[in-house]
Amino acid sequence: MDETLLRSLTPSVLGILVRRGIDFAAAEDAMQDALVEAVRVWPADPPRDPKGWLTTVAWRRFLDAARSDAARRRREDLVEEEPAPGAAPTVDDTLQLYFLCAHPSLTPSSAVALTLRAVGGLTTRQIAHAYLVPEATMAQRISRAKRTVSGLRFDRPGDVATVLRVLYLVFNEGYSGDLDLAAEAIRLTRQLAASIDHPEVAGLLALMLLHHARRAARTAPDGSLVPLAEQDRSRWDTRSIAEGVEILQAALARDQLGEFQAQAAIAALHADAPTAAETDWVQIVEWYDELAHLTDNPVVRLNRAVAVGEADGPRAGLAALATVDDALPRYTAVAAYLHERDGDLAKAARLYTEAAQQATNLAERDHLTRQAARLNSLGRR
Amino acid sequence: MAKYLLLKHYRGGPAAVNDVPMDQWTPAEISAHMQYMRDFAARLEGTGEFVDGQALAPEGTFVRYDGEGRPPVTDGPFAETKDLIAGWMVIDVDSHDRAVELAGELSAAPGAGGKPIHEWLELRPFLSEPPTITE
Repeated sequence: MDETLLRSLTPSVLGILVRRGIDFAAAEDAMQDALVEAVRVWPADPPRDPKGWLTTVAWRRFLDAARSDAARRRREDLVEEEPAPGAAPTVDDTLQLYFLCAHPSLTPSSAVALTLRAVGGLTTRQIAHAYLVPEATMAQRISRAKRTVSGLRFDRPGDVATVLRVLYLVFNEGYSGDLDLAAEAIRLTRQLAASIDHPEVAGLLALMLLHHARRAARTAPDGSLVPLAEQDRSRWDTRSIAEGVEILQAALARDQLGEFQAQAAIAALHADAPTAAETDWVQIVEWYDELAHLTDNPVVRLNRAVAVGEADGPRAGLAALATVDDALPRYTAVAAYLHERDGDLAKAARLYTEAAQQATNLAERDHLTRQAARLNSLGRR
Repeated sequence: MAKYLLLKHYRGGPAAVNDVPMDQWTPAEISAHMQYMRDFAARLEGTGEFVDGQALAPEGTFVRYDGEGRPPVTDGPFAETKDLIAGWMVIDVDSHDRAVELAGELSAAPGAGGKPIHEWLELRPFLSEPPTITE
């Protein structure tokens, strides 16, 4: 059975249910029941019209639930009538679901969970596993999120930027366990790009594809991090890169530059270099300058200092770093790297050790400890 | 079955026999250590004795309630003398002897010079649920 197809139908079927007048929370429950039923029935008896099948089953599930609950009489009256076709959709249903699930009234973790379930068609269990929390905890998070948004109007366009932030969060979570959140984020962003014509949606999709293309090369067989400069570039996924570059070029041609397009442009320049030494650092610095105009995110200036170090030498990089807030995560790691490039190995080793203590994840901590160890053992020789 | 917490300390416990900080090892020694730790956890998963394991950042803070309508008081960063936990592993084993055996194996993880670290691990039994049959 094609689970991706099944999941890709989720938002449009959910949209149909909501347009028939069911409130969002009840529609979403019925939709989950229908998905579970599909997983059970489809392998032996695949439907000719999967979307029609899901809509019918979800609608019946909703009727059953409404009828079984006497307190929901008012809703029963509603469903006794022939289902209204609903108002002619002004905005695409799928798009509306994205807006609803990323609504600013939701916390980021709630928006992420609700998006994965209502738009992504994932089960609560899958989402709980991916985020390493108990299933009951995730179920609670999702039902609270549904309550928060269930009173909201479904037909008003929202802010694309909030949706993009949620998808970016999902992508950055990477993957743990069976569910590949990065791939899921790409699927959801692709689906979003199909429902709205927006250069930043394209920019984010390109950014994801370009980073995802490097994934296989990013970790060594023993699980340790491999930095960009040392990656085996023959292991990069050239198809994913080509697609990302094409999407990015089309977006840039519209001349409405945004943060994600600029980030994707930097990723594209890395992807374009046959070897690390051939990287066009001068152009990368220019893109960081663009990015700094678009956002006041201090991480941009930190990354810019690295790029300046490559383009104009480590001294220039250290000068650029001097203007950055030293409390930023990874500041010390960048300082260590630039001092190593500048030839001050003892200082670099000390800074790598310090950076390892400040690391916020194990892979990074191990990587930085290894860098310190590497320089310290050179010093002993 | 009984659950035990294995606590690893950054500091606070007695010093290990092979007490060299990791940044003074060679990169190959670090890799060997990581491999040993991964193999250990994988083996316990295989025997059905692994429950959970996490590493903690060395930075942290003390927090306490400061009365109605006031924000909590925080006290940090930790003093250099504070006992500091680096991480834990929870195991579910048949006996105390088995728990001691496993803690011993974990403490034998290779360090500087490829020799066992002999680090002190803290082994703490969980307080369990009361048994159904009590007489």
